[in-house]
Amino acid sequence: MNLVFLSFRSIVFKPLSSLLSILLFGFGLAIILLILLVSTHLKNEINTNAQGVDLVIGAKGSPLQLILANVFHIDFPTGNIPLKDAAKLTRNRLIKSAIPLSLGDSYAGYRIVGTTTAYLTLYNATVAEGKWDESEMKAVIGWNVSQQLGLRLGDTFSSTHGLAEMGAGHEENPFEVTGILAPSGTVLDDLMLTTIGSVWHVHGHAEDHPAHNDSLHALVTIPHLGLQVTSEQLENEEITSLLIKYASPMAAIRLPQLVNKDSNFQAASPAFETARLFTLIGTGVDVMNVLGLVIIIISAISVFIALVNSLKERKYELAIMRSMGASRLHIFTHVLLEGMMLTIGGTFFGFVLAHAGFQSLGLISESMQTDGLFFVIQEIDVLIGSFAMGIISAIVPAVMAYRSDISKTLAKG
Amino acid sequence: MIELRQLEHTYADLPIRYPDWQVEDQGHALILGTSGSGKTTLLHLICGLLKPTAGEILFNGQSFAGLSTKKRDRFRGEHIGIVFQRPHLVKSLTVLENLKLAAYLSGKKVSSDKYLHVLEALQLGDLKKRKAHELSEGQAQRVSIARAVIHDPILLAADEPTASLDDANCSRVLHLLKQQASDRNATLLIATHDHRIKSSFTNQLVL
Repeated sequence: MNLVFLSFRSIVFKPLSSLLSILLFGFGLAIILLILLVSTHLKNEINTNAQGVDLVIGAKGSPLQLILANVFHIDFPTGNIPLKDAAKLTRNRLIKSAIPLSLGDSYAGYRIVGTTTAYLTLYNATVAEGKWDESEMKAVIGWNVSQQLGLRLGDTFSSTHGLAEMGAGHEENPFEVTGILAPSGTVLDDLMLTTIGSVWHVHGHAEDHPAHNDSLHALVTIPHLGLQVTSEQLENEEITSLLIKYASPMAAIRLPQLVNKDSNFQAASPAFETARLFTLIGTGVDVMNVLGLVIIIISAISVFIALVNSLKERKYELAIMRSMGASRLHIFTHVLLEGMMLTIGGTFFGFVLAHAGFQSLGLISESMQTDGLFFVIQEIDVLIGSFAMGIISAIVPAVMAYRSDISKTLAKG
Repeated sequence: MIELRQLEHTYADLPIRYPDWQVEDQGHALILGTSGSGKTTLLHLICGLLKPTAGEILFNGQSFAGLSTKKRDRFRGEHIGIVFQRPHLVKSLTVLENLKLAAYLSGKKVSSDKYLHVLEALQLGDLKKRKAHELSEGQAQRVSIARAVIHDPILLAADEPTASLDDANCSRVLHLLKQQASDRNATLLIATHDHRIKSSFTNQLVL
C-alpha cells in the first residue's frame, strides 16, 4: 500500500469522469503535437528542396510564384526567358553555377522538366535503373512516378501541354523511359526529367526550318549552362528559369539587384521567399495552436473539477486518513498524484494519437512521406508544458485538501 | 494513561470547561453526554485532532501541546486507533486494502497473518476482497473497528459507535470493542449518549 496505489485506485473508481479528463487532455495535446510534427516535416522538406539554390532567375512576375514553380514544382511558371539572354547573364562572375530548367508540360499530373544532369547532382540523386540519355525524347523519371504510374524502362508516354491532368496532348512525340531515379526524399521523386532539347522538340520549334542554312545549324556550346545547342536554337529558343549558386557572399547582395534592375528577368531567393511563406502559413498554425491550447485548458479545468468533486465526496475519508496518522503532506501528495496521473494518462494518449495521426497522413496524401516514429526536439517542451498543466490543475484541490479541518469534518460525521 | 487538567476548549466563542479526570492504563472508560455537550470535542482533544485553548491533557504523562501538527499526526497514527460514528471506509479500496492503508499510514509493519487474524476475529474473513462500498452498514462498522486496531494502538477511542444500532448489534459491537482492547492491553475510551451501554463501565465522565 502506498499513495501511488491509493491515487490510482481512486481514479479507477470513477472510470467515466477519469476517461473524460484523459480524452480531453489527449485531444488537445494531439492537435498541438500534430501541428508541430507537420510543420517541422514541411520545413524539412522545403529546406531539402531549396538546398544549394541561392537564387532563381526567371520571367517577371510574383517572386513567390517563381520559387514555388521552379524549386518546389507546385505553382505555375511565370513565363519563359530567351535562352540567348540567359546565356549572356550567366557569364557573370558572381555566378558559380547555373542550372537551366524548362517547364510547362506534364504527364498524368507529374511534371516534365527539361534540364541537365547538374539538376540531379544538386540533390545528390542517383539513377537506380537505366541511365540519363542525352539524345532527344528520352526521360529519367522519379521514384514515386515510376511507383504510382507503373512505368518501367523502355515504356513510352506522351506528354500533355500544361500542368493539369487534362491538357492538350503531344501524341506525335512520345517519350521513352531510359532511367528511374533512386528515391532521394526531394522533389525529384515526383518529377520526370528530360533534356531541354526534348522539350523544344515536343513543341515543334526545332523542326520549323529546313536544313539548308549551315550557319544556323552550327553547334554552340554554353559551358556554364552545360548545354550544347545550334546557333538557331540560341537565337530563338526559350527556357523557364535558372537555378543559381553564388560564387561569393558578395553575390547575394549584388546579383539580385543586377537582375531585377538591369534586365527583363526577375531574381528571387528561395530562402527569403520560403521565410515569407512560413509567416503566411504561421498565422494558420497559430490559430490551430490556440485551438489546441484552449482544449488543453478546458481539460485542465475538467481535471480540476473532477478533483474538487472527488474531494467533496471523500472529505470524510481524507479526514479519517489524517486521524489514522496521515500527515497533511500525505493528503496533499495523494490529491496531487491523482491529478498528475490523469494528465500523464492524457499526455500518453495525446502522444500516441498525434504520432498515429502523423503516420496516417502519409497514407492519405501521396506526396507526403511521413513516419509515425518521427520525433521533434520541441516535443520535450510540450511534454514539460503538459506536466506543468497537470500540476497547476491539481495544486488548488491539493491545497484545499491540505488545509481542511479534520476535527470539524469528523464532528459532522 | 490519560489525565485531564483544567482543560478548556473554545468553539465558536463558547468556552467549554472540562472537569479534571483520569483514565488508568488498560482501563475502560465512558464519556457520557447529550449531543452538543462537547463529548466529541473532548474525544478529539484527547486524540490530538484538536488543540485545547487552555489546560492540558497528559497522555502517559506526556503532553501533546508542544508537538507540531506533523508530529501529532505521527503520534496519533502510531498509538491511537479511532472508531467513528460512521465508518467512512475508503470506497475505492477493498476491505483488506482498507486495513493495509491504515497500517501504512500508522507507519507500523503488519504481517499478513495479522490481517487475517483481525479479519477473522471481527467475522470479516469472507469479505476481505469485497469493495468497501458493497458492504452493509454493520459490516462496514466492523471493518472500521478492524482498521482502528490493526496497528495495535495503546488507546482505542470510539465516537458514538452504537448510536445507529439496534439492541442486539449494540451489545455485539460493545463486546467486540472491549475484546479488541483487552486483546492488545489497550485502553478503551468511548464517547456516547447511548444509555444502553452505561452499565458496562465503571469509570464514567458525565458532561
